[in-house]
Amino acid sequence: MSLLEDELEGHPLAGEEESDEPALRSPARLTAFRRGFGGFLVPVLTTLIAFLAGGLIVLATGHNPLSTYTSIFDGTGLNWLFPWVSGADRATAAGNLQQTLIQATPLILVGLAVAFAFRAGMFNIGGQGQYTVGGIVAVWIGSSFAGMPPVLHVTFAIVAAGLAGAGWAGIAGVVKATTGANEVISTIMLNWIAIWLGVYCFQLGGPLQNPKMPSTPVSSNVVPGAKLPVFWGSAALQGLDVGIFISLALAIVFAVLIKRTRFGYEARTVGFNPEAARYGGINVGRTWIRVMLVCGAFAGVAASLDILGWKFSLFTNDIQASQVGFYGIAVALLGRNTAGGTVAAGVLFGALLTGTSDRNINLSIDPTLVQYLTFMLEGIIILLVSTDVITLRLLKGGRRIGVTLKRRPAKETGTSEGGAS
Amino acid sequence: MSVGVVTITPPRAVSAKQLGLAGIVLGAIAWVITLPPIEVRGMLPSIVLALVAVGFGAASAAAGERKLGSEAIVVALLALAGAAASAKSSAATVESVFTWSALAAATLRYATPLLFGALGGVISESGGVINVGLEGMMLMGCFWGVYGSDLLGWWGWGLLVAMISGGLLALVHGIFSIHLRANQIVSGMGINFLALGITGYFLEYHYGPNGTPLNISTVPNVNLPLIQHVGFFGSAIGDANLMTWVGLALVPALTFFLFRMRWGLRLRSIGEKPRAADSVGLPVLRIRYVAVVASGMLAALGGAYLSVGFVGSFSNDMTNGRGFIALAAMIFGKWRPWGALWACLLFGFGNAMSDRVSSVNPTLGTLFEALPYVLTLVAVAGLVGRSRPPASDGIPYVRE
Repeated sequence: MSLLEDELEGHPLAGEEESDEPALRSPARLTAFRRGFGGFLVPVLTTLIAFLAGGLIVLATGHNPLSTYTSIFDGTGLNWLFPWVSGADRATAAGNLQQTLIQATPLILVGLAVAFAFRAGMFNIGGQGQYTVGGIVAVWIGSSFAGMPPVLHVTFAIVAAGLAGAGWAGIAGVVKATTGANEVISTIMLNWIAIWLGVYCFQLGGPLQNPKMPSTPVSSNVVPGAKLPVFWGSAALQGLDVGIFISLALAIVFAVLIKRTRFGYEARTVGFNPEAARYGGINVGRTWIRVMLVCGAFAGVAASLDILGWKFSLFTNDIQASQVGFYGIAVALLGRNTAGGTVAAGVLFGALLTGTSDRNINLSIDPTLVQYLTFMLEGIIILLVSTDVITLRLLKGGRRIGVTLKRRPAKETGTSEGGAS
Repeated sequence: MSVGVVTITPPRAVSAKQLGLAGIVLGAIAWVITLPPIEVRGMLPSIVLALVAVGFGAASAAAGERKLGSEAIVVALLALAGAAASAKSSAATVESVFTWSALAAATLRYATPLLFGALGGVISESGGVINVGLEGMMLMGCFWGVYGSDLLGWWGWGLLVAMISGGLLALVHGIFSIHLRANQIVSGMGINFLALGITGYFLEYHYGPNGTPLNISTVPNVNLPLIQHVGFFGSAIGDANLMTWVGLALVPALTFFLFRMRWGLRLRSIGEKPRAADSVGLPVLRIRYVAVVASGMLAALGGAYLSVGFVGSFSNDMTNGRGFIALAAMIFGKWRPWGALWACLLFGFGNAMSDRVSSVNPTLGTLFEALPYVLTLVAVAGLVGRSRPPASDGIPYVRE
């Protein structure tokens, strides 16, 4: 039995298991490269390649890639950063940029929730469920306790949502630590349970459904005192709320936690090799549980910022259609599971979402096409992120790199990389 | 020599394991007796049975079978909740929900797409390539199946086009995970996004806002005239879709292939110890490619069942997470075809149940939607425990 269990620890769903040959992928060299300039350049290059490939698809289906991309870019509001954009354009750009950052706020946090698990060698597909549970709690607290002082009320709602998310993710952690059940399967199950729980709460006749709107499956509205203050733009036009700062602050917390605390060290050690960690005296099961708790807290807070910042209520449709957990995985992967990378990737994905939403696309292009083009771009980005080989090769001008390509026999190269380089 | 501590295990008539299993069975019975055809009205018999089951579970847990014992207790409590629900509803309601034959037919309907996906996963992971991209491959089959059926006029061509599309997407996954040695989970997630983009883009590009045409050729149902009027079986399987039968037939076929046939054993050896397989001259990478592409084709068939086989149209993101459920079913089924089948039937049954319950009581129906996932979670944590994937699953192979 113990032999069997030992083998399981190394299962790649539980950790990023490399090949058993030490020289094949020297983690030290790869890490050194990532820490250096390459850590910045590779993701940027990856994104550029993806846009290039996407442009080809646009071209092949008879549209102009340049005008498509320009229109997406203007839709993101990032043109606000250009000093020459002025007047009405500037006002529109500001509004769009506010939306981009509003979208980025939860994406960063859910990205962190996935990234933290990855660092500890776990695959948290459960961001969606943790986000959903956090949202249910946030909207419940935000819409009750009407007389509470605003600061207290907001804090209460955010903390409670974080705890709810943590508890939800904690289930997967406890189950993994005590019975060895694979967290991939348990977090997927918890996603669906959370979604149906949410639908149950707010559906017609549900326990938390808005009593003032008996024919709409929606929660009650968040009371004014529990709303996050808007600091850029007008609150009536869904300006940017302070949630983005909470999101950024938690990214810093993430970095400190991972790099500067004993817990972070233990988590990384477990992620690197659970057997070695156990041998080194780390309680692996407890680390798994704690990591999941932290992950869930990030995702739960993400939901509360959405609810208290701009949604103010939760529709059952919204719960079922939300894709934020799915995006969170992409954000974490593109951000290479680091705090800074996840923030950057969160803003990029927030920008893509805003830039391709119906209202921001000018009418010369079919907005639906552009939305799905974005999914393709994201897919290509993630595929390229999954392997460093292609971008590394481009960077080094086609020369062989010691890190990943060293031991590759001649007959295996060429076919698959020829197209890329 | 020191004697140390001597543990004395008294001889038992029943082992802890048997006790735990008995607890589970009794717990289940506590609920089943309130359903047709027995339909015990009133809670008392169920309470008694459930209490006995809890006692067995506790005894089993105390005797060392902690997982199994707690499992029995959970089952007994769930059964008690079920029995309470039956007792609260009228007899007519219970009968309309638990029309077993209709439930069985619906279970098969819901399980079919999952089964294709899960079997695809089994093939790919037996060869050592993790396939998180099942969702995307299913989605490809879902759309391109409709496209093919619409363009070429016959559902068979539609299925073929679906398989080609799924195979091509799987080939991309293969190139990344086999040759480029990508992190296979990451690559699989990329595949999912790519498929979502491709299907949505080309749905809009080919069909515009009106969506796919209404009258495409769909996969027929198989009429079994012999048993069509034989009560339960007649309604349950007398008129099942052709693809359901194909899926069911694939389970023993794939089991035979993986465990009895030369190439299946070779595939599994590559999933376990690729170095050893290589040393006896097997083309490891090529076989992995074949397995991944076959996996994509199967998953695509599952997706095509949803569109070409069932609804006759395609809508964006139509698979709606079924690929992930298929993945869960594969893990739940311990990377084996039969295990995957049981897991898919469990999910299918849960969906079918919630449909029936929803028609009587929408509020309760919503909670029942979550039931299969709760059961899976409980089962994965308790009964199944650590399931063992192929030893080299997810590890790229590099020749010496």
